[in-house]
Amino acid sequence: MTSILIKNGFVIDPVQGIRGDKMDIAINDGKIVKNLSNPDKTIDASGMVVMAGGVDIHSHVAGAKVNVGRTFRPEDKLQSTYAPYHGIRHMAGGTSVPTVFKTAYMYADMGYTTVIEAAMPPLYARHTHEEMRDTPIIDEAALPMFGNNWFVLDYLKRGEMDNAAAYIAWLLRSTKGYGIKCVNPGGTEAWAWGLNCLSIDDPVPYFDITPRQIVSGLMEVNEYLHLPHSLHLHSNNLGNPGNYTTTLDTLKLSEGIKPNNNFGREQVLHHTHIQFHSYGGTTWADFESKGKEVMDYINSHPAVTCDIGFVTLDETTTMTGDGPFEYHLNKLNHLKWANTDVELECGSGIVPYVYSKDVYVCGVQWSIGLEMALLAKDHMRCYLTTDHPNAGPFWRYPRIMKWLMSEKARNDVLATMKNEDKVRDRSTLGSIDRELTLYEIAQMTRAGPAKALGLGSSVGGLVPGMQADIAVYPYNPETESDPEKIEWAFSHAKYLIKSGEVILNDGEVVSNGNKKTYWVDVKTTPNRQVERDIDQTFVKYYTVNKNNYEVNEHEFMKNPCVVQIDAIQ
Amino acid sequence: MSKRLTDIICPFCGTLCDDIEVEVSDDGKQILEVYNSCAIGSEKFLHAQSPDRITRPRMKQEDGSWKETTYEEAAKYTAKILCDAKKPLMYGWSSTSCEAQSTGHMIAEQVGGVLDNTATVCHGSTLIAMQDVGIPSCTLGEVKNRADRIIFWGCNPAHAHPRHMSRYSIYSRGYFTGKGSKSRKIIVVDPRPTDSASLADEYIQVEQGRDYELLSALRAALRGAQLPDKVSGVTKEKIYEIVDILKGGRFVVIFFGMGVTHSLGKNHNIDMAIALTADLNNYTKASIIAMRGHYNVTGSGQVLGWQFGFPFCVDLSRGFARYNPGETSSNDLLMRGEVDGCLVVGSDPGSHFPIASVKKIHDIPTVCIDPHTTPTTAVSTCHVPVAIVGIEVGGSCYRMDNVPIESRKVVDPPAGMLTDAEFLGLVLKEVNHIKGVAE
Ligand SMILES: [Zn+2]
Repeated sequence: MTSILIKNGFVIDPVQGIRGDKMDIAINDGKIVKNLSNPDKTIDASGMVVMAGGVDIHSHVAGAKVNVGRTFRPEDKLQSTYAPYHGIRHMAGGTSVPTVFKTAYMYADMGYTTVIEAAMPPLYARHTHEEMRDTPIIDEAALPMFGNNWFVLDYLKRGEMDNAAAYIAWLLRSTKGYGIKCVNPGGTEAWAWGLNCLSIDDPVPYFDITPRQIVSGLMEVNEYLHLPHSLHLHSNNLGNPGNYTTTLDTLKLSEGIKPNNNFGREQVLHHTHIQFHSYGGTTWADFESKGKEVMDYINSHPAVTCDIGFVTLDETTTMTGDGPFEYHLNKLNHLKWANTDVELECGSGIVPYVYSKDVYVCGVQWSIGLEMALLAKDHMRCYLTTDHPNAGPFWRYPRIMKWLMSEKARNDVLATMKNEDKVRDRSTLGSIDRELTLYEIAQMTRAGPAKALGLGSSVGGLVPGMQADIAVYPYNPETESDPEKIEWAFSHAKYLIKSGEVILNDGEVVSNGNKKTYWVDVKTTPNRQVERDIDQTFVKYYTVNKNNYEVNEHEFMKNPCVVQIDAIQ
Repeated sequence: MSKRLTDIICPFCGTLCDDIEVEVSDDGKQILEVYNSCAIGSEKFLHAQSPDRITRPRMKQEDGSWKETTYEEAAKYTAKILCDAKKPLMYGWSSTSCEAQSTGHMIAEQVGGVLDNTATVCHGSTLIAMQDVGIPSCTLGEVKNRADRIIFWGCNPAHAHPRHMSRYSIYSRGYFTGKGSKSRKIIVVDPRPTDSASLADEYIQVEQGRDYELLSALRAALRGAQLPDKVSGVTKEKIYEIVDILKGGRFVVIFFGMGVTHSLGKNHNIDMAIALTADLNNYTKASIIAMRGHYNVTGSGQVLGWQFGFPFCVDLSRGFARYNPGETSSNDLLMRGEVDGCLVVGSDPGSHFPIASVKKIHDIPTVCIDPHTTPTTAVSTCHVPVAIVGIEVGGSCYRMDNVPIESRKVVDPPAGMLTDAEFLGLVLKEVNHIKGVAE
């Protein structure tokens, strides 16, 4: 493998506390090294920013519902140029739901190297893996969904933590999953009957368990299994006015639980797309931000992390494992609605959506995301996402960086809104003059999410010994003052190196890279009862045989990278 | 001593049964018996063993006779006709694995091919309807565990998907449906009193080609609107009664087939069926599922979707992907005479396309990759027999409800035979060579 020296850039690395010092970064054999003599390649990064490759903790980029989003929206291919086949570059199209090729190229252009697919239905795991296998360049992992799984509901209802843990370990192994995702706990099972769970004490029909018990139980099991990532939660009541009380009730469930892992992770709960869960008011008429209330809680509770889910004010395609939410969203906008309920496990829904800056609710949603990120006290615990593509497509991250880094850029957007006064009135955004630094942006986009995922020792930083994932952006922090330049530069990385291999050279894709896929294999104490339960349930209730359920690592994964954990008691 | 292989996947229809057991000889070369499968599935396994199987590629001579050739020569020929053509059609993909599809797509990207699958003559109208109005759906296990109202509309599972009824729908017993068929009300809508209709609690004989009107009437009745005395040959009393049955259920599912996708109205029928399903969700829970035919036509739509963004009729001839059924669909392209080279994989347009299209296929250089001789091989210039996916080689397949299942290898193919993925790999190499692309 080639050795590379990146010379003279402004290096920003929160892992080491480096804040824009002019430094060289050396790479050998796929890793960052202390120093290097006679490099094979030298990159002159003078006047440019050097950061670790970006890490996306929550994005919907691969799998069954993403592909429904692609195939049922041919119009989505018409809203941006369909890039032609060119050399090693595959043809690449799609706007809010890009094809696997375009997904990889656009993440690369932004300097991102690790992406977590945030919702894998276990029965569809093979599909998720096939798409990830075909996605070049970026390292990926997928989180299977557990919050509506019949085994989990049964074991947690009876307080059988050993059994729940043994089952979850088995499912992670079977689906080649990375961690525990929970979407609308209990609510998606209720949706199988057309119902929902809107508070943490709404019982799940027939299963006689509450979301409170599910969330607490999953956090406990997560630590019992010593997983690299914490419980990754999309709580109940997403997207509804007044839901912030449900969110606070949910966040409080983390109190008293201690992280227990060897991966440097400090949180026990990651709450995703918190913007969608921080709404006040009782209807859309008196809808307002409660971002401050929710962020105050997070600021004072170090065992909680969040990502924002910024609204980008674009036309997009919403898709979540929260089936009932998508049904109700469709009742609001009357565009097309797709839904898939998955036997014994989960569900999902998909609805196109237009976040118009002239609709005041959308303007307020846009404000809430920014307000929360600007009120956050610790950006190692608050991450930049759009819940792609739900609040907007991921390739808008550079625009969000611009908004976070420039009060002027935010005011420019507010000034073009039809309902500017009303939007300003419903959140505190207008009164915040904070402008985030590149250091804080680096915390939100690489160091922080890497740590929360338990990957902090290998990615998200520039410490010698770490995987050489490095982005060089054509942005000079000493001389640049135009906020537009932030958006441009962070959409057009000049160089990208992934695992020591040059992917972007002078802005051109020169390699499809050698992506890898993480999964977690936890050894638990052999558990006859769980084995029997699994066998019987497959025979009686599944429509696929148990022996045809497991995802074959060698067929369906590119460079599988297994994290081994011993949780035998 | 023979041995019994279990959990085998049947590579016949979109039901994609995965509980087949196959008895093979001790040396693993001979299939002796097939268990659990339907008659058609068994036949597919047993037919693999037929002694008159063609095991090497063959080229058609001037005089119409076949001459055996090697896989390497056949790959060179295939690459050449695809590279020479301005608009090569690469059709089929429904009876092969996602791995073979994917290799084919990489070829198409380089030669500027049109990728189309059998949905083009089957559930293409369903895909278009989904693009119009979406689709509330579920996996077949949801039907098994929950459904207490099942409609079969314009489909005849008793013949086309024989084990569907016992595995997933009418007779299956699940968590909330422990009494099997006694837990359910079955409604069949079809102009013909089919064998499936004879199993129904309610058989609705709709007038031929009047599905759209009847679906509209059901939606109107659901909203409490007044109906004329008869719609599509069905009395209004019956329509109200059906609506009451549906509303009274806890979980409704509509299965539909070619009877509605290709009768008058086509995709508009499906729009209306999907809209009825969505409306039913205001009263109870409802889902709708297309009865997809070939065992992996669903997979073809999936792979095309994640690689190019469209589920069928994908035209790469301009260097990027375009989709416009009616323009970029196989039969339209063929009949307009735009296709000047053809590759057929895992399907039989010779049997399923209109004769005018088949004549065009006959008139242009065509390579047919198929384990068996078919009406399509007869009109091709080159026939490449390959191992049978799901019997002689495994690979990824998608069930009609989009559930991915990895099919298994049961026996070796005849000595020296390649799989279609392997053969397409050879073609890709040759194409790279012709185009001067580094691998
Ligand atoms: Zn999400």
